[in-house]
Amino acid sequence: MRRKGVSYAKYGYIFCIPFVLAWLIFSLYPTIYTTVLGFTDLKGSGKTEFHFLANPFENYVKILNNPSFQQSLSNTAILWIINFIPQVLLALLLTAWFTNHRRKIKGQGIFKVLFYMPNIITAATIAILFSTLFGYPMGPVNDLFMTLGLSDGPINFLLQKWTARGIVSFIQFWMWYGYTMIVLISGVLGLNPELFEAAEIDGASSAQTFFFVTIPNLRTILLYTMITSLIGGLQMFDIPKLFQNGGPDNATLTTSLFIYGQAFSGSYMYNRASAASMLLFIIIAVLSAIIFYIMRDKDAAQLKKQEKRQRKLLKEAVKAAGRAAA
Amino acid sequence: MKRKKSIAKSTMKVIIYTVCILLAILSIIPFWIMLMNATRSTYEIQQHAISLLPSKFFLSNWEVLKGKTFNPITGFTNSMIISVGVTVCTVYFSSLTAYALVVYNWRLRQAFFTFIMIIMMIPAQITIIGYFQFIYRLHMTNNYLPLILPAIAAPCTVFFMRQYLLSSLYIDIVNSARIDGGGEFYIFNRIVLPIMKPAIATQAIFAFVGSWNNYFLPVILLTDKNKFTMPIMVAQLRGDIYKTEFGSIYLGLSLTVIPLFIVYFLLSKYIIAGVALGGVKE
Repeated sequence: MRRKGVSYAKYGYIFCIPFVLAWLIFSLYPTIYTTVLGFTDLKGSGKTEFHFLANPFENYVKILNNPSFQQSLSNTAILWIINFIPQVLLALLLTAWFTNHRRKIKGQGIFKVLFYMPNIITAATIAILFSTLFGYPMGPVNDLFMTLGLSDGPINFLLQKWTARGIVSFIQFWMWYGYTMIVLISGVLGLNPELFEAAEIDGASSAQTFFFVTIPNLRTILLYTMITSLIGGLQMFDIPKLFQNGGPDNATLTTSLFIYGQAFSGSYMYNRASAASMLLFIIIAVLSAIIFYIMRDKDAAQLKKQEKRQRKLLKEAVKAAGRAAA
Repeated sequence: MKRKKSIAKSTMKVIIYTVCILLAILSIIPFWIMLMNATRSTYEIQQHAISLLPSKFFLSNWEVLKGKTFNPITGFTNSMIISVGVTVCTVYFSSLTAYALVVYNWRLRQAFFTFIMIIMMIPAQITIIGYFQFIYRLHMTNNYLPLILPAIAAPCTVFFMRQYLLSSLYIDIVNSARIDGGGEFYIFNRIVLPIMKPAIATQAIFAFVGSWNNYFLPVILLTDKNKFTMPIMVAQLRGDIYKTEFGSIYLGLSLTVIPLFIVYFLLSKYIIAGVALGGVKE
């Protein structure tokens, strides 16, 4: 009764069917549809009929020359720089403190829980909460500033370009530094403990260990966080939309919000929005390719090292064999 | 010499704890002000916007809030239906796909895994115009299915589940179940799923919270007031209807956050562990 001939391989295919079907319908088809719409004249609320344009790239040219689109890209860069640099510096500092062997910090668990907390709260709620907190003339922040004597009169934070950008960046910083810290700590815990023991034996101080052992070994994780955060910044929607709707004067307009504005307000230009989506897609694809390259590069480098070691061992073995033969 | 060092060490400790405590306060204070102001009258808030103690206007704020467009019970129910649907689809089908990738030896297995790694990076935002047109043509806007069913294909969760299965599933368990005459589906549902419980718990939390917080897709697909989810309800607080009703704005905001606080403080251990394992960035 041995059923050696039974092959289970077909179940591999069968169990993947739901995933593949859902992906084809809900992901691939809309992607193709969006690509097609980028070359058409589809606009107007409730319209679904479209014709291809005589000049297929007309929408792309219009979008690339659109000052709001250009502004949305530079805004993404600005917002990203002012939130990511302090975010990663603080996360690194906390990582150094929390992973130090010589100085045990008590209450790490509760600190991690509190630092990460803003990340799971609804972004829509946080955006409105902050626009209320920074309200004019009598929001809590203005109240605090005047009580402490930091400002003479109420400041209209929401209607000035740089304060609005500063607040949006601060929200991003505040929501994400805990995440970055936890990822970095888990990166440090994943490193070979011998590295740290060796540094300690060599008499390195905590700071030296961190700068010359920990950070170089975290390079890949740091790059990964950096790029995923940039991609996240391009897609940021809820916060700028509900904070000041991209304002004041487009100062917090992100690419995602630009696309939404093109398609679902004004003259409902689905075609332009599609073209802009494709441009965003290309940018994200390039950034993702960089991540892939970095990750693969690391594996390849490790493989090379291993190969080298093996070759060396082989050489020694051959030598030893030769000696034995002689 | 030694004393000097120990003094330096203890000053450092003081600095570290001070910074950590300040950051902890920074995490709490905006929510604390929000919760306190939810119980204060608009007049009190306009006099002094910060109070660390509650007042007694909770009920009147509640009446104002409910008297306009904000309907917390409808929003809560709708968000619950969608989030539970999304969570079940994500967790079950991702486990199934991961199982196929780990246990069976099929020709396209490696290629399929590479494919999942690639599509992990593609965000839903860029396909939104095509998706909206597609759903609009089917007359399925204001239906929850277009919000729930895409969760069947969740590449990040599949990736996570695969890693988990590789480290914790012994193929002998599957083989012995086969000898006992169990069918492949039966084995997956009855034997493998229970083994995956810890991974399922972690991923379920993230799927649920992600869906609960999602604003982008629902705001595009839902136009019927009775179908609005919690984040869309919250967004209405921004409008002119509530312009100066600060007490009820804070109360409305609090109502969306309280369920998340409860979930978070009950499950924070799993959540932090899940983040540390990586693979989640929604």
